Amino acid sequence: MKYLCLICAETVMEQMSAVDAEKHFEEYREFTGNIRTSGHFVDCNRLLPPIAAITVRVRNGKVSTCDGPYVETKEQLGGYYVIEARDLNEAIRVASRIPGAGIGCVEVRPIAEDVQTIHALRIAETG
Amino acid sequence: MNENIDSTLRETLDALYYNESRRVLATLIRLLGDFDLAEDAMHDAFAIALTQWQRDGVPTNPRAWLVSTGRFKAIDRMRRQTRFGTSWEDEQIFEASSMEATDVEDETIEDDRLRLIFTCCHPSISLDAQVALTLRELCNLTTEEVAHAFLNAPATIAQRIVRAKSKIRNANIPYEVPEVEDLPNRLEAVLKVIYLVFNEGYSASTGSELMRHDLSGEAIRLGRLLIELLPEESEALGLLALMLLHDSRRAARAAPNGDLVLLDEQDRSLWNHEQIAEGSELTKKALSSGNFGSYTLQAAIAAVHAEASNTNQIDWAEIVGLYDLLLHANQSPVAELNRAVAVAMRDGPEAGLALVDDLLSRGELNKYHLTYAAQADFYRKLGKIEQAKVAYQYALNLTRQEPERRFLNRRLAELKN
Repeated sequence: MKYLCLICAETVMEQMSAVDAEKHFEEYREFTGNIRTSGHFVDCNRLLPPIAAITVRVRNGKVSTCDGPYVETKEQLGGYYVIEARDLNEAIRVASRIPGAGIGCVEVRPIAEDVQTIHALRIAETG
Repeated sequence: MNENIDSTLRETLDALYYNESRRVLATLIRLLGDFDLAEDAMHDAFAIALTQWQRDGVPTNPRAWLVSTGRFKAIDRMRRQTRFGTSWEDEQIFEASSMEATDVEDETIEDDRLRLIFTCCHPSISLDAQVALTLRELCNLTTEEVAHAFLNAPATIAQRIVRAKSKIRNANIPYEVPEVEDLPNRLEAVLKVIYLVFNEGYSASTGSELMRHDLSGEAIRLGRLLIELLPEESEALGLLALMLLHDSRRAARAAPNGDLVLLDEQDRSLWNHEQIAEGSELTKKALSSGNFGSYTLQAAIAAVHAEASNTNQIDWAEIVGLYDLLLHANQSPVAELNRAVAVAMRDGPEAGLALVDDLLSRGELNKYHLTYAAQADFYRKLGKIEQAKVAYQYALNLTRQEPERRFLNRRLAELKN
Protein backbone atom coordinates (compact mmCIF):
# COMPACT_ATOMS: atom_id res chain seq x y z
CA MET A 1 0.00 0.00 0.00
CA LYS A 2 1.11 3.55 -0.68
CA TYR A 3 0.54 6.35 1.80
CA LEU A 4 0.89 10.11 1.50
CA CYS A 5 2.42 11.78 4.54
CA LEU A 6 1.64 15.51 4.66
CA ILE A 7 3.97 17.45 6.94
CA CYS A 8 2.42 20.45 8.68
CA ALA A 9 4.00 22.82 11.17
CA GLU A 10 3.62 26.33 12.49
CA THR A 11 7.19 27.13 11.52
CA VAL A 12 8.57 26.22 8.08
CA MET A 13 12.25 26.16 7.03
CA GLU A 14 12.17 29.76 5.73
CA GLN A 15 11.10 31.00 9.16
CA MET A 16 13.85 29.19 11.08
CA SER A 17 17.24 30.53 12.06
CA ALA A 18 20.07 29.39 9.78
CA VAL A 19 21.43 27.10 12.49
CA ASP A 20 18.05 25.48 13.19
CA ALA A 21 17.29 25.10 9.50
CA GLU A 22 20.70 23.47 8.89
CA LYS A 23 20.04 21.00 11.72
CA HIS A 24 16.55 20.29 10.38
CA PHE A 25 17.87 19.66 6.85
CA GLU A 26 20.43 17.28 8.30
CA GLU A 27 17.65 15.36 10.08
CA TYR A 28 15.73 15.09 6.82
CA ARG A 29 18.86 13.92 4.98
CA GLU A 30 19.30 11.18 7.57
CA PHE A 31 15.62 10.16 7.61
CA THR A 32 15.30 10.10 3.82
CA GLY A 33 18.48 8.05 3.51
CA ASN A 34 17.09 5.56 6.03
CA ILE A 35 13.77 5.05 4.28
CA ARG A 36 15.51 4.68 0.92
CA THR A 37 17.55 1.82 2.40
CA SER A 38 14.52 0.25 4.08
CA GLY A 39 12.52 0.34 0.84
CA HIS A 40 9.75 2.58 2.19
CA PHE A 41 10.68 5.57 0.03
CA VAL A 42 8.61 6.39 -3.07
CA ASP A 43 8.76 10.16 -3.42
CA CYS A 44 9.15 13.37 -1.43
CA ASN A 45 9.37 17.14 -1.79
CA ARG A 46 9.58 20.24 0.29
CA LEU A 47 7.10 23.02 -0.53
CA LEU A 48 7.70 26.76 -0.46
CA PRO A 49 5.75 28.48 2.33
CA PRO A 50 2.00 29.14 1.97
CA ILE A 51 2.71 32.81 1.25
CA ALA A 52 3.91 31.64 -2.18
CA ALA A 53 0.59 29.86 -2.84
CA ILE A 54 -2.10 30.88 -5.32
CA THR A 55 -5.52 29.21 -5.19
CA VAL A 56 -7.25 28.75 -8.56
CA ARG A 57 -10.99 28.25 -9.19
CA VAL A 58 -12.94 27.97 -12.43
CA ARG A 59 -16.64 28.85 -12.38
CA ASN A 60 -18.73 29.03 -15.54
CA GLY A 61 -15.52 28.91 -17.54
CA LYS A 62 -14.09 31.90 -15.73
CA VAL A 63 -10.79 31.55 -13.92
CA SER A 64 -10.43 33.32 -10.61
CA THR A 65 -7.41 33.29 -8.35
CA CYS A 66 -6.63 34.42 -4.84
CA ASP A 67 -3.52 34.63 -2.71
CA GLY A 68 -2.58 31.99 -0.23
CA PRO A 69 -3.67 28.43 0.45
CA TYR A 70 -7.34 27.41 0.05
CA VAL A 71 -7.70 27.12 3.77
CA GLU A 72 -5.98 29.34 6.33
CA THR A 73 -4.67 27.50 9.36
CA LYS A 74 -1.94 28.18 11.87
CA GLU A 75 -0.20 24.99 10.72
CA GLN A 76 1.30 25.26 7.26
CA LEU A 77 1.81 22.46 4.77
CA GLY A 78 5.58 22.28 4.37
CA GLY A 79 6.25 19.11 2.41
CA TYR A 80 5.30 15.52 1.79
CA TYR A 81 6.52 11.97 1.49
CA VAL A 82 4.91 9.18 -0.48
CA ILE A 83 5.84 5.91 1.17
CA GLU A 84 5.26 2.22 0.50
CA ALA A 85 4.28 0.29 3.63
CA ARG A 86 2.80 -3.10 4.50
CA ASP A 87 -0.13 -1.53 6.34
CA LEU A 88 -1.42 1.59 8.05
CA ASN A 89 0.43 0.88 11.30
CA GLU A 90 3.73 0.49 9.44
CA ALA A 91 3.00 3.80 7.68
CA ILE A 92 2.34 5.42 11.06
CA ARG A 93 5.67 4.06 12.34
CA VAL A 94 7.55 5.53 9.39
CA ALA A 95 5.61 8.83 9.62
CA SER A 96 6.45 9.13 13.30
CA ARG A 97 10.14 9.35 12.37
CA ILE A 98 9.65 12.23 9.90
CA PRO A 99 11.56 15.09 11.61
CA GLY A 100 8.58 17.45 11.14
CA ALA A 101 6.40 15.17 13.31
CA GLY A 102 8.47 16.35 16.29
CA ILE A 103 7.72 20.02 15.54
CA GLY A 104 4.27 20.03 13.94
CA CYS A 105 2.25 17.04 12.77
CA VAL A 106 2.07 14.56 9.91
CA GLU A 107 -1.20 13.54 8.27
CA VAL A 108 -1.06 9.97 6.93
CA ARG A 109 -3.43 9.27 4.03
CA PRO A 110 -3.79 5.97 2.22
CA ILE A 111 -3.47 6.45 -1.55
CA ALA A 112 -6.43 5.03 -3.47
CA GLU A 113 -5.49 1.82 -5.26
CA ASP A 114 -8.86 0.73 -6.63
CA VAL A 115 -9.04 -0.38 -10.25
CA GLN A 116 -11.15 2.61 -11.30
CA THR A 117 -8.63 5.10 -9.94
CA ILE A 118 -5.66 3.29 -11.44
CA HIS A 119 -7.43 3.10 -14.78
CA ALA A 120 -8.53 6.74 -14.74
CA LEU A 121 -5.11 8.05 -13.74
CA ARG A 122 -3.11 5.48 -15.75
CA ILE A 123 -0.76 5.02 -12.85
CA ALA A 124 0.36 1.64 -14.17
CA GLU A 125 1.63 3.10 -17.48
CA THR A 126 3.92 5.65 -15.95
CA GLY A 127 5.21 3.19 -13.37
CA MET B 1 13.54 -1.40 -4.97
CA ASN B 2 16.47 -3.18 -6.54
CA GLU B 3 15.55 -4.57 -9.96
CA ASN B 4 18.48 -6.97 -10.22
CA ILE B 5 17.47 -9.33 -7.45
CA ASP B 6 17.17 -12.81 -8.83
CA SER B 7 13.71 -14.29 -8.57
CA THR B 8 14.67 -17.42 -6.57
CA LEU B 9 16.17 -15.25 -3.84
CA ARG B 10 13.01 -13.18 -3.75
CA GLU B 11 10.94 -16.36 -3.46
CA THR B 12 13.21 -17.62 -0.66
CA LEU B 13 12.76 -14.35 1.19
CA ASP B 14 9.00 -14.31 0.65
CA ALA B 15 8.73 -17.84 2.04
CA LEU B 16 11.00 -16.90 4.92
CA TYR B 17 8.86 -13.86 5.65
CA TYR B 18 5.71 -15.97 5.60
CA ASN B 19 7.08 -18.76 7.81
CA GLU B 20 9.56 -17.03 10.08
CA SER B 21 8.76 -13.35 10.38
CA ARG B 22 6.57 -13.83 13.50
CA ARG B 23 9.34 -15.79 15.22
CA VAL B 24 11.94 -13.18 14.27
CA LEU B 25 9.65 -10.38 15.45
CA ALA B 26 8.89 -12.12 18.75
CA THR B 27 12.59 -12.51 19.50
CA LEU B 28 13.46 -8.96 18.46
CA ILE B 29 10.75 -7.60 20.77
CA ARG B 30 12.41 -9.44 23.65
CA LEU B 31 15.91 -8.30 22.71
CA LEU B 32 14.96 -4.67 22.06
CA GLY B 33 12.18 -4.29 24.59
CA ASP B 34 9.93 -2.36 22.22
CA PHE B 35 7.35 -3.37 19.57
CA ASP B 36 7.97 -0.51 17.13
CA LEU B 37 11.73 -0.73 17.38
CA ALA B 38 11.49 -4.47 16.76
CA GLU B 39 9.22 -4.04 13.72
CA ASP B 40 11.61 -1.50 12.22
CA ALA B 41 14.54 -3.78 12.97
CA MET B 42 12.86 -6.74 11.30
CA HIS B 43 11.95 -4.68 8.26
CA ASP B 44 15.56 -3.49 7.97
CA ALA B 45 16.88 -7.03 8.35
CA PHE B 46 14.76 -8.30 5.45
CA ALA B 47 15.76 -5.27 3.33
CA ILE B 48 19.45 -5.92 4.00
CA ALA B 49 19.04 -9.65 3.32
CA LEU B 50 17.74 -8.82 -0.13
CA THR B 51 21.05 -7.27 -1.21
CA GLN B 52 23.51 -9.09 1.02
CA TRP B 53 22.30 -12.64 0.29
CA GLN B 54 22.42 -11.86 -3.40
CA ARG B 55 26.15 -11.24 -2.98
CA ASP B 56 27.08 -13.72 -0.24
CA GLY B 57 24.46 -16.45 -0.59
CA VAL B 58 21.77 -17.48 1.89
CA PRO B 59 23.24 -18.04 5.39
CA THR B 60 22.96 -21.49 7.00
CA ASN B 61 20.62 -20.26 9.73
CA PRO B 62 18.59 -17.48 8.07
CA ARG B 63 16.41 -16.89 11.12
CA ALA B 64 19.39 -16.29 13.43
CA TRP B 65 20.95 -14.07 10.76
CA LEU B 66 17.77 -11.96 10.53
CA VAL B 67 17.55 -11.61 14.31
CA SER B 68 21.15 -10.52 14.79
CA THR B 69 21.14 -8.21 11.74
CA GLY B 70 17.89 -6.61 12.91
CA ARG B 71 19.30 -6.14 16.38
CA PHE B 72 22.51 -4.50 15.12
CA LYS B 73 20.51 -2.23 12.88
CA ALA B 74 18.28 -1.19 15.79
CA ILE B 75 21.24 -0.42 18.05
CA ASP B 76 22.74 1.61 15.25
CA ARG B 77 19.48 3.50 14.87
CA MET B 78 19.24 4.16 18.63
CA ARG B 79 22.80 5.54 18.65
CA ARG B 80 22.10 7.84 15.68
CA GLN B 81 18.86 9.09 17.17
CA THR B 82 20.66 9.92 20.41
CA ARG B 83 22.73 12.29 18.29
CA PHE B 84 19.52 14.11 17.30
CA GLY B 85 18.34 14.34 20.87
CA THR B 86 15.97 11.37 21.02
CA SER B 87 16.41 10.11 24.52
CA TRP B 88 17.54 6.52 24.23
CA GLU B 89 19.22 5.76 27.51
CA ASP B 90 22.72 4.34 27.27
CA GLU B 91 21.52 1.55 29.50
CA GLN B 92 18.82 0.62 27.00
CA ILE B 93 21.34 0.53 24.18
CA PHE B 94 23.75 -1.50 26.27
CA GLU B 95 21.07 -4.00 27.18
CA ALA B 96 20.09 -4.42 23.55
CA SER B 97 23.71 -4.96 22.52
CA SER B 98 24.48 -7.63 25.06
CA MET B 99 23.15 -10.72 23.39
CA GLU B 100 24.02 -14.27 24.29
CA ALA B 101 24.35 -17.01 21.70
CA THR B 102 21.45 -18.78 23.41
CA ASP B 103 19.20 -15.81 22.56
CA VAL B 104 18.62 -17.16 19.09
CA GLU B 105 18.46 -20.86 19.91
CA ASP B 106 15.29 -22.62 18.86
CA GLU B 107 13.97 -23.23 22.35
CA THR B 108 14.32 -19.61 23.42
CA ILE B 109 12.66 -18.53 20.19
CA GLU B 110 9.65 -20.79 20.79
CA ASP B 111 9.33 -19.17 24.22
CA ASP B 112 9.40 -15.80 22.51
CA ARG B 113 6.30 -16.64 20.51
CA LEU B 114 4.57 -17.62 23.73
CA ARG B 115 5.72 -14.34 25.32
CA LEU B 116 4.26 -12.51 22.34
CA ILE B 117 0.88 -14.27 22.71
CA PHE B 118 0.64 -13.46 26.40
CA THR B 119 1.70 -9.86 25.84
CA CYS B 120 -0.81 -9.27 23.02
CA CYS B 121 -3.56 -10.77 25.20
CA HIS B 122 -2.58 -8.94 28.38
CA PRO B 123 -5.65 -8.16 30.51
CA SER B 124 -4.66 -4.53 31.01
CA ILE B 125 -5.25 -3.91 27.28
CA SER B 126 -8.88 -3.64 26.13
CA LEU B 127 -10.31 -6.80 24.58
CA ASP B 128 -10.79 -5.09 21.19
CA ALA B 129 -7.13 -4.10 21.20
CA GLN B 130 -6.03 -7.57 22.29
CA VAL B 131 -7.82 -9.00 19.26
CA ALA B 132 -6.37 -6.43 16.84
CA LEU B 133 -2.86 -6.82 18.23
CA THR B 134 -3.02 -10.63 18.15
CA LEU B 135 -4.21 -10.70 14.55
CA ARG B 136 -1.60 -8.23 13.40
CA GLU B 137 1.47 -9.31 15.36
CA LEU B 138 0.88 -13.06 15.58
CA CYS B 139 -1.17 -13.84 12.49
CA ASN B 140 0.53 -11.26 10.31
CA LEU B 141 -2.72 -9.69 9.11
CA THR B 142 -2.41 -6.08 7.98
CA THR B 143 -4.25 -3.33 9.83
CA GLU B 144 -6.52 -2.97 6.80
CA GLU B 145 -7.34 -6.71 6.83
CA VAL B 146 -8.20 -6.63 10.54
CA ALA B 147 -10.42 -3.60 9.92
CA HIS B 148 -12.16 -5.33 7.02
CA ALA B 149 -12.77 -8.49 9.03
CA PHE B 150 -14.39 -6.55 11.88
CA LEU B 151 -16.16 -4.03 9.63
CA ASN B 152 -14.24 -1.16 11.18
CA ALA B 153 -12.42 1.79 9.64
CA PRO B 154 -8.67 1.10 9.24
CA ALA B 155 -7.92 4.37 11.07
CA THR B 156 -9.87 3.08 14.12
CA ILE B 157 -7.96 -0.20 14.23
CA ALA B 158 -4.64 1.55 13.59
CA GLN B 159 -5.13 3.83 16.59
CA ARG B 160 -6.25 0.94 18.74
CA ILE B 161 -2.96 -0.80 17.92
CA VAL B 162 -0.87 2.32 18.49
CA ARG B 163 -2.51 2.90 21.89
CA ALA B 164 -2.13 -0.72 22.94
CA LYS B 165 1.58 -0.59 22.11
CA SER B 166 2.08 2.61 24.10
CA LYS B 167 0.21 1.00 26.95
CA ILE B 168 2.57 -1.99 26.84
CA ARG B 169 5.55 0.38 26.79
CA ASN B 170 4.36 2.88 29.40
CA ALA B 171 2.80 0.45 31.84
CA ASN B 172 5.96 -1.68 31.62
CA ILE B 173 3.93 -4.77 30.82
CA PRO B 174 6.57 -7.47 31.06
CA TYR B 175 7.37 -9.51 27.98
CA GLU B 176 7.16 -12.92 29.56
CA VAL B 177 5.29 -16.16 29.94
CA PRO B 178 3.30 -15.86 33.19
CA GLU B 179 4.41 -17.76 36.28
CA VAL B 180 2.66 -21.04 37.03
CA GLU B 181 0.29 -19.48 39.58
CA ASP B 182 -0.88 -16.81 37.10
CA LEU B 183 -0.99 -19.11 34.10
CA PRO B 184 -4.63 -20.31 34.38
CA ASN B 185 -6.01 -16.74 34.44
CA ARG B 186 -3.72 -15.43 31.76
CA LEU B 187 -4.34 -18.46 29.56
CA GLU B 188 -8.06 -17.84 29.96
CA ALA B 189 -7.56 -14.39 28.40
CA VAL B 190 -5.59 -15.85 25.47
CA LEU B 191 -8.25 -18.52 24.84
CA LYS B 192 -10.95 -15.86 24.97
CA VAL B 193 -9.24 -13.81 22.25
CA ILE B 194 -8.77 -16.86 20.03
CA TYR B 195 -12.39 -17.94 20.52
CA LEU B 196 -13.64 -14.43 19.79
CA VAL B 197 -11.67 -14.35 16.54
CA PHE B 198 -13.08 -17.77 15.63
CA ASN B 199 -16.65 -16.78 16.39
CA GLU B 200 -16.38 -13.54 14.47
CA GLY B 201 -15.29 -15.60 11.48
CA TYR B 202 -17.82 -18.37 12.07
CA SER B 203 -20.89 -16.27 12.56
CA ALA B 204 -20.26 -12.70 11.57
CA SER B 205 -22.36 -10.50 13.84
CA THR B 206 -23.41 -8.19 11.03
CA GLY B 207 -23.28 -8.12 7.27
CA SER B 208 -24.34 -10.31 4.44
CA GLU B 209 -21.95 -13.24 4.61
CA LEU B 210 -22.74 -15.97 7.09
CA MET B 211 -19.12 -16.87 7.67
CA ARG B 212 -15.80 -15.14 7.26
CA HIS B 213 -13.45 -18.00 6.61
CA ASP B 214 -10.18 -16.21 7.05
CA LEU B 215 -10.79 -15.35 10.68
CA SER B 216 -11.86 -18.88 11.59
CA GLY B 217 -8.79 -20.24 9.83
CA GLU B 218 -6.54 -17.79 11.67
CA ALA B 219 -8.12 -18.75 15.01
CA ILE B 220 -7.51 -22.44 14.32
CA ARG B 221 -3.91 -21.66 13.40
CA LEU B 222 -3.50 -19.78 16.69
CA GLY B 223 -5.10 -22.67 18.56
CA ARG B 224 -2.62 -25.07 16.96
CA LEU B 225 0.29 -22.80 17.81
CA LEU B 226 -0.89 -22.63 21.41
CA ILE B 227 -1.03 -26.40 21.90
CA GLU B 228 2.30 -26.76 20.13
CA LEU B 229 3.75 -24.39 22.75
CA LEU B 230 1.65 -25.54 25.74
CA PRO B 231 0.83 -29.20 24.95
CA GLU B 232 -0.38 -30.05 28.46
CA GLU B 233 -3.06 -27.37 28.84
CA SER B 234 -6.40 -29.18 28.61
CA GLU B 235 -8.47 -26.08 27.92
CA ALA B 236 -6.17 -25.14 25.02
CA LEU B 237 -6.78 -28.65 23.65
CA GLY B 238 -10.50 -28.23 24.31
CA LEU B 239 -10.68 -24.91 22.49
CA LEU B 240 -8.87 -26.25 19.42
CA ALA B 241 -11.18 -29.30 19.45
CA LEU B 242 -14.23 -27.05 19.71
CA MET B 243 -13.11 -24.88 16.81
CA LEU B 244 -12.29 -27.87 14.60
CA LEU B 245 -15.64 -29.53 15.33
CA HIS B 246 -17.62 -26.38 14.56
CA ASP B 247 -15.53 -25.60 11.52
CA SER B 248 -16.01 -29.16 10.20
CA ARG B 249 -19.61 -28.24 9.33
CA ARG B 250 -18.64 -25.11 7.43
CA ALA B 251 -19.50 -26.41 3.97
CA ALA B 252 -22.88 -27.74 5.14
CA ARG B 253 -23.90 -24.75 7.20
CA ALA B 254 -24.86 -22.48 4.35
CA ALA B 255 -26.81 -23.28 1.21
CA PRO B 256 -25.30 -22.22 -2.13
CA ASN B 257 -27.48 -19.06 -2.01
CA GLY B 258 -26.03 -18.18 1.40
CA ASP B 259 -29.07 -19.33 3.39
CA LEU B 260 -28.62 -20.83 6.84
CA VAL B 261 -29.05 -24.61 7.09
CA LEU B 262 -29.91 -25.94 10.54
CA LEU B 263 -27.92 -28.79 12.07
CA ASP B 264 -30.58 -31.47 11.62
CA GLU B 265 -31.12 -30.48 7.98
CA GLN B 266 -27.45 -30.40 7.02
CA ASP B 267 -25.97 -32.72 4.42
CA ARG B 268 -23.59 -34.72 6.59
CA SER B 269 -21.52 -35.87 3.64
CA LEU B 270 -20.37 -32.25 3.38
CA TRP B 271 -18.89 -32.34 6.88
CA ASN B 272 -15.12 -32.43 7.12
CA HIS B 273 -14.58 -35.86 8.68
CA GLU B 274 -10.85 -35.39 9.12
CA GLN B 275 -11.50 -32.33 11.28
CA ILE B 276 -14.18 -34.25 13.20
CA ALA B 277 -11.76 -37.11 13.90
CA GLU B 278 -9.04 -34.70 15.03
CA GLY B 279 -11.49 -32.67 17.14
CA SER B 280 -12.89 -35.80 18.81
CA GLU B 281 -9.39 -37.09 19.55
CA LEU B 282 -8.39 -33.77 21.11
CA THR B 283 -11.62 -33.72 23.14
CA LYS B 284 -10.86 -37.17 24.57
CA LYS B 285 -7.34 -36.09 25.46
CA ALA B 286 -8.63 -32.95 27.19
CA LEU B 287 -11.36 -34.85 29.06
CA SER B 288 -8.89 -37.46 30.29
CA SER B 289 -6.76 -34.77 31.92
CA GLY B 290 -9.35 -34.38 34.68
CA ASN B 291 -9.00 -30.58 35.02
CA PHE B 292 -10.91 -29.50 31.93
CA GLY B 293 -13.29 -26.54 31.78
CA SER B 294 -15.97 -25.02 29.63
CA TYR B 295 -14.17 -25.17 26.25
CA THR B 296 -13.59 -28.90 26.62
CA LEU B 297 -17.22 -29.47 27.64
CA GLN B 298 -18.49 -27.47 24.67
CA ALA B 299 -16.17 -29.52 22.46
CA ALA B 300 -17.57 -32.72 23.99
CA ILE B 301 -21.11 -31.57 23.13
CA ALA B 302 -20.04 -30.69 19.59
CA ALA B 303 -18.37 -34.12 19.31
CA VAL B 304 -21.59 -35.94 20.26
CA HIS B 305 -23.39 -34.06 17.46
CA ALA B 306 -20.60 -34.62 14.96
CA GLU B 307 -20.21 -38.33 15.64
CA ALA B 308 -23.91 -39.21 15.34
CA SER B 309 -24.76 -40.44 11.85
CA ASN B 310 -28.10 -38.60 11.96
CA THR B 311 -30.17 -36.46 14.34
CA ASN B 312 -32.26 -39.39 15.57
CA GLN B 313 -29.12 -41.13 16.77
CA ILE B 314 -28.06 -38.29 19.04
CA ASP B 315 -28.03 -39.21 22.70
CA TRP B 316 -29.84 -36.14 24.07
CA ALA B 317 -29.59 -37.38 27.66
CA GLU B 318 -25.79 -37.32 27.29
CA ILE B 319 -25.93 -33.81 25.81
CA VAL B 320 -28.15 -32.57 28.66
CA GLY B 321 -25.68 -34.12 31.12
CA LEU B 322 -22.76 -32.29 29.45
CA TYR B 323 -24.70 -29.01 29.61
CA ASP B 324 -25.27 -29.61 33.32
CA LEU B 325 -21.51 -29.95 33.79
CA LEU B 326 -20.93 -26.89 31.63
CA LEU B 327 -23.35 -24.77 33.67
CA HIS B 328 -21.71 -26.05 36.81
CA ALA B 329 -18.28 -24.95 35.52
CA ASN B 330 -19.46 -21.70 34.05
CA GLN B 331 -22.92 -20.20 34.66
CA SER B 332 -24.01 -18.69 31.33
CA PRO B 333 -27.49 -17.85 30.03
CA VAL B 334 -26.52 -18.84 26.47
CA ALA B 335 -25.51 -22.31 27.72
CA GLU B 336 -28.83 -22.45 29.60
CA LEU B 337 -30.68 -21.69 26.38
CA ASN B 338 -28.79 -24.44 24.56
CA ARG B 339 -29.55 -26.83 27.42
CA ALA B 340 -33.24 -25.95 27.06
CA VAL B 341 -33.09 -27.00 23.39
CA ALA B 342 -31.43 -30.31 24.37
CA VAL B 343 -34.01 -30.89 27.12
CA ALA B 344 -36.77 -30.28 24.56
CA MET B 345 -35.23 -32.94 22.34
CA ARG B 346 -35.07 -35.35 25.27
CA ASP B 347 -38.41 -34.64 27.01
CA GLY B 348 -40.46 -32.78 24.37
CA PRO B 349 -41.06 -29.11 23.43
CA GLU B 350 -43.21 -28.41 26.51
CA ALA B 351 -40.18 -28.96 28.79
CA GLY B 352 -37.97 -26.72 26.62
CA LEU B 353 -40.60 -23.99 26.59
CA ALA B 354 -40.79 -23.97 30.40
CA LEU B 355 -37.01 -23.48 30.63
CA VAL B 356 -36.98 -20.66 28.07
CA ASP B 357 -39.90 -18.93 29.82
CA ASP B 358 -37.97 -19.22 33.06
CA LEU B 359 -34.91 -17.58 31.43
CA LEU B 360 -37.04 -14.73 30.08
CA SER B 361 -38.85 -14.22 33.39
CA ARG B 362 -35.45 -13.70 35.01
CA GLY B 363 -34.76 -10.99 32.42
CA GLU B 364 -31.99 -13.08 30.82
CA LEU B 365 -31.40 -13.05 27.06
CA ASN B 366 -34.53 -11.03 26.36
CA LYS B 367 -32.64 -9.06 23.69
CA TYR B 368 -31.14 -12.16 22.08
CA HIS B 369 -32.77 -13.29 18.82
CA LEU B 370 -32.03 -16.98 19.35
CA THR B 371 -34.07 -17.05 22.58
CA TYR B 372 -37.18 -16.16 20.61
CA ALA B 373 -36.19 -18.38 17.69
CA ALA B 374 -36.02 -21.34 20.11
CA GLN B 375 -39.28 -20.35 21.76
CA ALA B 376 -40.95 -20.03 18.34
CA ASP B 377 -39.71 -23.47 17.36
CA PHE B 378 -41.17 -25.03 20.53
CA TYR B 379 -44.56 -23.32 19.90
CA ARG B 380 -44.47 -24.48 16.28
CA LYS B 381 -43.88 -28.08 17.31
CA LEU B 382 -46.73 -27.80 19.85
CA GLY B 383 -49.03 -26.51 17.12
CA LYS B 384 -49.44 -23.12 18.83
CA ILE B 385 -49.17 -21.22 15.55
CA GLU B 386 -50.16 -17.73 16.75
CA GLN B 387 -47.64 -17.73 19.61
CA ALA B 388 -45.00 -19.10 17.23
CA LYS B 389 -45.60 -16.23 14.78
CA VAL B 390 -45.23 -13.63 17.52
CA ALA B 391 -41.98 -15.21 18.72
CA TYR B 392 -40.52 -15.42 15.18
CA GLN B 393 -41.37 -11.76 14.70
CA TYR B 394 -39.55 -10.90 17.94
CA ALA B 395 -36.51 -12.86 16.75
CA LEU B 396 -36.61 -11.09 13.38
CA ASN B 397 -36.67 -7.68 15.00
CA LEU B 398 -33.53 -8.55 16.96
CA THR B 399 -31.27 -10.01 14.29
CA ARG B 400 -29.11 -7.94 11.98
CA GLN B 401 -27.58 -10.81 10.08
CA GLU B 402 -29.00 -11.34 6.58
CA PRO B 403 -28.96 -15.17 6.29
CA GLU B 404 -30.57 -15.49 9.72
CA ARG B 405 -33.24 -12.96 8.76
CA ARG B 406 -34.00 -14.95 5.62
CA PHE B 407 -34.26 -18.14 7.66
CA LEU B 408 -36.69 -16.60 10.16
CA ASN B 409 -38.77 -15.06 7.36
CA ARG B 410 -38.98 -18.46 5.70
CA ARG B 411 -40.26 -20.06 8.90
CA LEU B 412 -42.75 -17.25 9.38
CA ALA B 413 -44.04 -17.65 5.82
CA GLU B 414 -44.47 -21.42 6.33
CA LEU B 415 -46.64 -20.75 9.38
CA LYS B 416 -48.81 -18.26 7.53
CA ASN B 417 -49.68 -20.92 4.93
